[in-house]
Amino acid sequence: MIMNNNINNALKGQKQITMNRLNKLFQEKKDLLSIYFTAGYPQLNDTMTVLTALQDAGIDFVEIGLPFSDPLADGPVIQQSSNLALKNGMSLNRIFEQLGDMRKTITMPVTFMGYINPVLKFGIEKFVKLCAKTGIDGLIIPDLPFEIYIEKYKELFDDNGISNIFLITPQTPEERVRMLDENSSSFLYMVSSAAVTGAKKGISEVQTDYFRRIKDMKLKTPKVVGFGISDRESYQRVCNYSEGAIIGSAFVKMLGQSQNLKSDIKEFIATIK
Amino acid sequence: MFQPDEKGFYGQYGGAYIPEMLIPNIEELKSCYLKIMESESFLSEYKKLFTDFAGRPSPLFKAERLSAKYGANIWLKREDLNHTGSHKLNNTIGQILIAREMGRTRIIAETGAGQHGVATATVCALMNMQCVVYMGETDIERQAPNVARMRMLGAEVRPALSGNRTLKDATNEALRDWIANPTDTFYIIGSVVGPHPYPDMVARLQAIISAEMKQQLKEKCGSELPDYVIACVGGGSNAAGSFYHFIDDASVKLIGAEAAGLGLDSGETAASIARGEPGVIHGSLTYLMQDDDGQIIEPYSISAGLDYPGVGPLHSYLMESGRATYLPVTDKEALEAALELTRMEGIIPALESAHALAILSKLNFKKSDRVVVTVSGRGDKDMKCYMDYFKLTDK
Ligand SMILES: Cc1ncc(COP(=O)(O)O)c(C=O)c1O
Repeated sequence: MIMNNNINNALKGQKQITMNRLNKLFQEKKDLLSIYFTAGYPQLNDTMTVLTALQDAGIDFVEIGLPFSDPLADGPVIQQSSNLALKNGMSLNRIFEQLGDMRKTITMPVTFMGYINPVLKFGIEKFVKLCAKTGIDGLIIPDLPFEIYIEKYKELFDDNGISNIFLITPQTPEERVRMLDENSSSFLYMVSSAAVTGAKKGISEVQTDYFRRIKDMKLKTPKVVGFGISDRESYQRVCNYSEGAIIGSAFVKMLGQSQNLKSDIKEFIATIK
Repeated sequence: MFQPDEKGFYGQYGGAYIPEMLIPNIEELKSCYLKIMESESFLSEYKKLFTDFAGRPSPLFKAERLSAKYGANIWLKREDLNHTGSHKLNNTIGQILIAREMGRTRIIAETGAGQHGVATATVCALMNMQCVVYMGETDIERQAPNVARMRMLGAEVRPALSGNRTLKDATNEALRDWIANPTDTFYIIGSVVGPHPYPDMVARLQAIISAEMKQQLKEKCGSELPDYVIACVGGGSNAAGSFYHFIDDASVKLIGAEAAGLGLDSGETAASIARGEPGVIHGSLTYLMQDDDGQIIEPYSISAGLDYPGVGPLHSYLMESGRATYLPVTDKEALEAALELTRMEGIIPALESAHALAILSKLNFKKSDRVVVTVSGRGDKDMKCYMDYFKLTDK
């Protein structure tokens, strides 16, 4: 990463053009629907099948979960999918193999959501470079806090055109929301309530108060709401206050029960959009 | 004395690798824990509870028969005589006072052997606070007496059902609970693990162990410095407390006993320093048992309190800097050391503490050496295991 400044800037300029699928999406569309699913689940080689089916079903972008043995921000459904994916033999090496040719067919933005330890073990520099090469647009690493990211890894992410996506929660103080907003390059992941991931029924008034409070802050960065979004109603409700929603556990649960991934995924998305 | 930098790093170890959901709580705690711990009101209440409730100072006992056997002056720091039967109460008394000062009303904790759970349930009863303790299902079975104690004390014991269903998994569940209950809940962590400021806060609260050792050694031997301090290391809180005030005295050798389980190379071990490498667990960068893909390896030890794949970050730092040495002790060695202490000194130690005692047979002492072994807890909770292993039940 010790690079001549000119080269550095040139590379950055170049990446702005080629790597900006997320920004482009947020400029062009509203009420975005994103889906989270765990890589290597339900079967090891289902990753591309699920990804392709999701694009065909018309979702706007995707969050691929990198399984971890101890996912502490996740509820039971994603914990179980992660465990099974690991038993299936999923690993970072495998995911890069599976997604190596992804950009031949997948045009929507793709993000990864994973925990920091496997990334550190893999080598974070190698990881970020491979993400760029594979065509990954953004990373969500819940246990890599803002401060450590800025100090240690921001330059690496920037140099490779990978957007780091920060979370905000109902408890995040206004000042910190502003700071995360200032430092975001694609979108802010708005955690819908104080909870780990998991499908919930409905959106409460306390939640809409929080969404409204954040909306009224008129941030520069688009916001997508995730955690606890499970159906058309909750998706539409949160779109009143944000640029879109992410559905995770409800979708993963469906995958676990599916007999025919392609048609079930199509059907699931049709019930939302 | 050893302290992390303001971001919670000991060298490269420690820090606070936590999701955004926990940041407000951790920031609040970080901004006030030292202020509270140094306040007059905290200090006076803490001292009062230490003497009148916990029964401190815990004795420093000269183990004459062990001394004769191992050819050195062997002293036992009797944390087993602390109220509730282990050093864990030193920490929970301090943390509940901090929680109360911060206006929290609901307490959560994780526990392995159940000693931290009991110590937490105890201070919650004392302070009239709601208490939820997460405990791996495996540990609920193997440490049944402590589950009963927690329930009698009014705590709710919730089983952790993931992984090997032990301490790591209980800690995951406690952290998830804290994410879901960010405003009324205080998480009393049981060891020098977790995100900053926990390792530092818990080390300071356990530092009473070495503060007392110094004074007691001075009274009993005329010099406050021993040649060796030996303690077992799960997360490493009784070891941190035993080492704390000796860190700057280079002549004092600091030895931690790690649980080797069935052996370092058996695949069934909890020796995080011997078999780990730096990684992130429960918010802290530290030695961690992990596979080639960075997935955490399920640990194993006969001792529920040492059955953890990581270790407090300050121990990673002390090991790397060479200030402390960590030695592996197998299940079998620990069990034999437990029986030896019982038969030679009349003290039934906890299985965890037995790992520290097993170090005595691994070192070559000089006759004049003063050796302090911290007996972190008593063995009541382990009687079923001892009876099975030593065939003490009548047929
Ligand atoms: C008696 C006893 N000693 C030691 C430990 C290990 O904890 P630490 O390494 O934090 O002292 C435990 C934990 O449960 C314990 O109960």
